[in-house]
Amino acid sequence: MEIYFDNAATTRIYPEAAEIMMKVLQEDYGNPSSLHKKGITAEHYIKEASETIAKTMKADSSEIFFTSGGTEANNLALIGTAMAHKRQGMHIISSAIEHASVKNTLDFLAQQGFEVTYIGTDEHGKVRAEDFSEAVREDTILVSCMYVNNEIGSIQPVQEIAKLVKKKNPKIVMHVDAIQAYGKIPVYPEKIGADLVSISAHKIHGPKGMGALYVRKKTLIKPILYGGGQQRKLRSGTENVPGIAGFGAAVRKTFEDQEEKIKHISEIKDYLIENLTAFPDVYSNSQDAPHIASISFTGIRSEVMLHALEEAGIYVSSGSACSSNKKEVSSVLTAINLPEERLESTLRLSFGEDNTMEEAEYTVNVVSELLPKLRKYIRK
Amino acid sequence: MDYRMLLIKYAEIGTKGKNRYVFEDILCKRMRARLRPFGKFEVRREYGRIFVEAFSEYDFDDVIHVLKQIFGIVGICPVYVVEQPTYENITAGLVQYVEKEYEDKHFTFKMHVRRNDKNFPISSMDMNARLGGELLDRYSEEGLSVDVHEPQELINVEIRNRAYIYSKVIPGPGGLPVGTNGKAISLLSGGIDSPVATYMIAKRGVEMEAVYFHAPPYTSERAKDKVKELGRIVAQYAGPIMLHIIPFTDCQLAIYDNCPHDQLTIIMKRFMFRMAQDLAEKNDCQCIVTGESIGQVSSQTTFSLGVINEVAKIPVFRPCIGMDKQEIIDLSEKIGTYETSVLPYEDCCTTFVAKHPVTKPTLEMIEKSEQKLKGIMEPLYEKAIADEEIVVLR
Repeated sequence: MEIYFDNAATTRIYPEAAEIMMKVLQEDYGNPSSLHKKGITAEHYIKEASETIAKTMKADSSEIFFTSGGTEANNLALIGTAMAHKRQGMHIISSAIEHASVKNTLDFLAQQGFEVTYIGTDEHGKVRAEDFSEAVREDTILVSCMYVNNEIGSIQPVQEIAKLVKKKNPKIVMHVDAIQAYGKIPVYPEKIGADLVSISAHKIHGPKGMGALYVRKKTLIKPILYGGGQQRKLRSGTENVPGIAGFGAAVRKTFEDQEEKIKHISEIKDYLIENLTAFPDVYSNSQDAPHIASISFTGIRSEVMLHALEEAGIYVSSGSACSSNKKEVSSVLTAINLPEERLESTLRLSFGEDNTMEEAEYTVNVVSELLPKLRKYIRK
Repeated sequence: MDYRMLLIKYAEIGTKGKNRYVFEDILCKRMRARLRPFGKFEVRREYGRIFVEAFSEYDFDDVIHVLKQIFGIVGICPVYVVEQPTYENITAGLVQYVEKEYEDKHFTFKMHVRRNDKNFPISSMDMNARLGGELLDRYSEEGLSVDVHEPQELINVEIRNRAYIYSKVIPGPGGLPVGTNGKAISLLSGGIDSPVATYMIAKRGVEMEAVYFHAPPYTSERAKDKVKELGRIVAQYAGPIMLHIIPFTDCQLAIYDNCPHDQLTIIMKRFMFRMAQDLAEKNDCQCIVTGESIGQVSSQTTFSLGVINEVAKIPVFRPCIGMDKQEIIDLSEKIGTYETSVLPYEDCCTTFVAKHPVTKPTLEMIEKSEQKLKGIMEPLYEKAIADEEIVVLR
């Protein structure tokens, strides 16, 4: 039996997305910049995908820019805005629990002379919009906050943040990292009040190496890659047409019967949180997002539990997948002030539409057998 | 400059009397096997030396890289070949060689001509003088001069049916060709020390096998991959390494269940040694190799080492024993294992490391603890060995 409960790390591609990618790779392989028919066919794929994505965000297709993934989208949003606005000021506000692709980009900007204020969270891993607004200064040019936290799934009040900071200073550019949110909860930049929104394809059963940045019309932003001037001069480089087509197909499929699918996913999540925390000394760290459960199995090191579940065919993450081969303790779990023994024993289970209730039940059974066995062997 | 030939220098083999031919044969065989992917080469012994001659185009850097990984080779000399060795041709070849090989001609040299073809009309001594003169005529204004006592460069010319010109020596790894000194089994852990120890013993001509103790779910699949990767890097020098992967979890849990926790590591290592010894016997290895270094951790005090060593009937070699951590790291960087060794995939096995382990165990106390495993451990031990997974790393 193979149970994949690691859908926040990445997802299995939809067959529809894989098929269209094969077709583009093998048949419609033209360069969208070419003047001939092959180029035009390729260009159509891009147009179609950007329209599909724009529709799901209640945006215009001219506001969608394709990137090599979520990391590049976040880099482009932050560095691009900082470069375009540095004459107006050099102050940036962000949260203390951002993904590495935001956090480390801000560190880079700090080295370049920008000043970054980080807003902490409460014990549920949520920031307060008021804290952002209080941190606004005259020279604040950019506010960046994630929508759904990738490790514990806490949902941030981005709409409230955008409203408050823009009230204080309407020129502030608001960036939302919606990589874990897109496809799970509504992401409407207009409504949120976001000028820049990052999304990624492989989190919604699309291909890896594919992301996009929504850039609201008239937002001032500079490119971070220079070259042939593709994508309205903001993102040079021959477009990854197969990736874009696959992204488009994945978005189409994701938003088909979306409500039902999300309901199904959150039922699995709720069932697992309820039944796992019924065991002694097992805690849930958040249950905001429909697809992420963060659970501490106190007394068992997360890697040990992870590999024990793996032996039973269940794939999960310890903390966040991108950082689990580093020894550092997760910043989010530290930020929410988890005691040491819970920090070390936290797993992330994340769900997708392919998961079933039977898988969840099986998992509860496996855990019930593992807990006493593994708890017997702790470091003394 | 394209070199059709390489002269291979080796040191210790030369002194091994009758065995010398065996050693040279093994070295030639290793070289042939390693060079095969890079082109058509002939490796041959000629007048007590080993030559590599290329019969196809090849990438010089790739070939040198591979030769620098073959134990037994002390130096590699690129050789310029003069096909028809007349005086004129040799002179022209020598000039061309010096022109290309030495951009800066400001150095002292000495000619060293040998005439294996005694039909060559000019004597070696005369050739030394005449060829040296030819070079001086051309380059003395640029700073070239002769120093027969301590020359910076010794320029060799060997005249046979062809003439060979060479002077530069690219250092090899030294040591003895693998396969000339028996076989050993090495305890590979995935850390920094054990690959270095494996390398050092292989360098003395010893063929290597290795054993890794896998303890899922306490050690991950990635930790196992890491050990394989380390083994592969060492195998570039040591030749193919047969890796025995022993599923060790049940043995570890039995020890945890029945023995005092501050002795876990010592008892565990004693069982690892016992298993390594069994594997050694089954696979014709004469000794065990470990990366232990005195005082590095609590199980590597002289007391602990003694108690652990007590189970071994065959010699246990610990080439890192007197090295500082930094020295071991330096060597692992040279070998190329360091980057892989420091990947942090083994943290979960700390479950079985006591917070305050014994540092002065006695044999009596450990044997007493092991008594408690009687009847429990034997079947687990047998099963672990029976369930071994074998991978050949190359």
